[in-house]
Amino acid sequence: MEWSWIPQNWTAIWQYTLDNALLGLIPPVIGLLISVPAGIACVLWGWLYPPVLSLSSAIYALPSLALFVVLIDYTGLGNLTVIIPLALFSLCILIPTVVDGLRSVPDSVRQAATAMGFTQVRRLVQVELPLAVPVIIAGMRVAVVSSISLASVGQLIGVSSLGYFFIDGFQRDFPTEIYVGLALTIALALVCDLILVTLRAVLTPWSRGRQRDSSRAVAAVAVGTEA
Amino acid sequence: MSFLQFAWDWLKSSSQWSGPDGIPIRVLQHLGYTALSVLIAAVIALPIGLLIGHYRRGGFAAVNVANVWRAIPTLGLLILMVVLLGFSALTWLIPLVVLAIPPILVNTYEGVAGVDEDLKDAARGMGMTQWQVLWKVELPVAIPLIMLGLRTSAIFVVATATIAAEIGLGGLGRYIIDGLASNNYGEVAGGAVVIVVLALAVQVIFVGLRRLVVPTGLREQARASR
Repeated sequence: MEWSWIPQNWTAIWQYTLDNALLGLIPPVIGLLISVPAGIACVLWGWLYPPVLSLSSAIYALPSLALFVVLIDYTGLGNLTVIIPLALFSLCILIPTVVDGLRSVPDSVRQAATAMGFTQVRRLVQVELPLAVPVIIAGMRVAVVSSISLASVGQLIGVSSLGYFFIDGFQRDFPTEIYVGLALTIALALVCDLILVTLRAVLTPWSRGRQRDSSRAVAAVAVGTEA
Repeated sequence: MSFLQFAWDWLKSSSQWSGPDGIPIRVLQHLGYTALSVLIAAVIALPIGLLIGHYRRGGFAAVNVANVWRAIPTLGLLILMVVLLGFSALTWLIPLVVLAIPPILVNTYEGVAGVDEDLKDAARGMGMTQWQVLWKVELPVAIPLIMLGLRTSAIFVVATATIAAEIGLGGLGRYIIDGLASNNYGEVAGGAVVIVVLALAVQVIFVGLRRLVVPTGLREQARASR
């Protein structure tokens, strides 16, 4: 480990960390924007869910590198080639999460909302969706951490991320660079994870202190989708 | 020419299907790496998951550690191993095992911790020891989740073993890495298609395996609750 390498290369380190952060955050956000309406649709029309679930667990099985390579033909060697597959993976994590979250709302709550005159769609959006936030954020935690980690594979096709330090360190046989890349990837994931945990506490003040629930939710997502 | 056209032209050439660089050998190598990695990960993660699930202690920590654990970039770990260890079996085994551990651990824990308390009470009431409760009640009931964990791990490893070609390992990643290096787009495309098919096949194998090992009683229950 050559510590002096770090201050000497500070600008490059900062730049690659930023690139990696963007590649790690944009895909889950796209995934979230699509999976909330898609999840609501799956709850409204139950027959839609089993095929969607099978499809998403099939997509989740695809190797990222293979997908990047497939996309080069259509989107070139730009960020989009990495963002699209990672957004797909996020979608595969988030759709089941949104559906599970919406379905985990207690029946009594649903009945109360109906009795107050909520229509089905309004109830889904105004009552069930907010109550599903802890579960959805649990899904986002998994999606963000995975995307941050997978973004480095994009470096193999030349898309800039912390993966640069792995490849460069390998070619120059210089472990310091690899340590820095590894440490920063994990640190980046930790920071984003903490932000999401904080966000959950802010968004759902009623669930404070119910850590057990949310850890179960993370576990449920971490286990993957049940087909 | 489109991607699939390239892939097809490469795949239909008979030279791809024989010899030490042929697709059958590469598929076997790939499956070999996957099986060994998942097996070792299971030997490590299953007992830990069973124990923390049985005693219901440390679960919160385990789940959060597992979530951060998945942030470890396999490519980076792989390259670090090459630089530190040179090229040996451990070089690729360590990163792939590290990758395979979290899903097995978390699933096993969740499966066992989620077993109905009444069920365990009944088992203890029948005079079962702690060990018997774990072995004869909790494990069978948790099997569907445990299988899901093994499946998730296997799929992660199949997909990720691809990048191990970057450091000179065999398997199907060779086609993508070598093709990219020599600008042979047909090889890249064909290799990608074979990996995708293999990943889906592993998925199907596990769905079948699940049918075999899940106790009949649980399947009946699942059907009844549907």
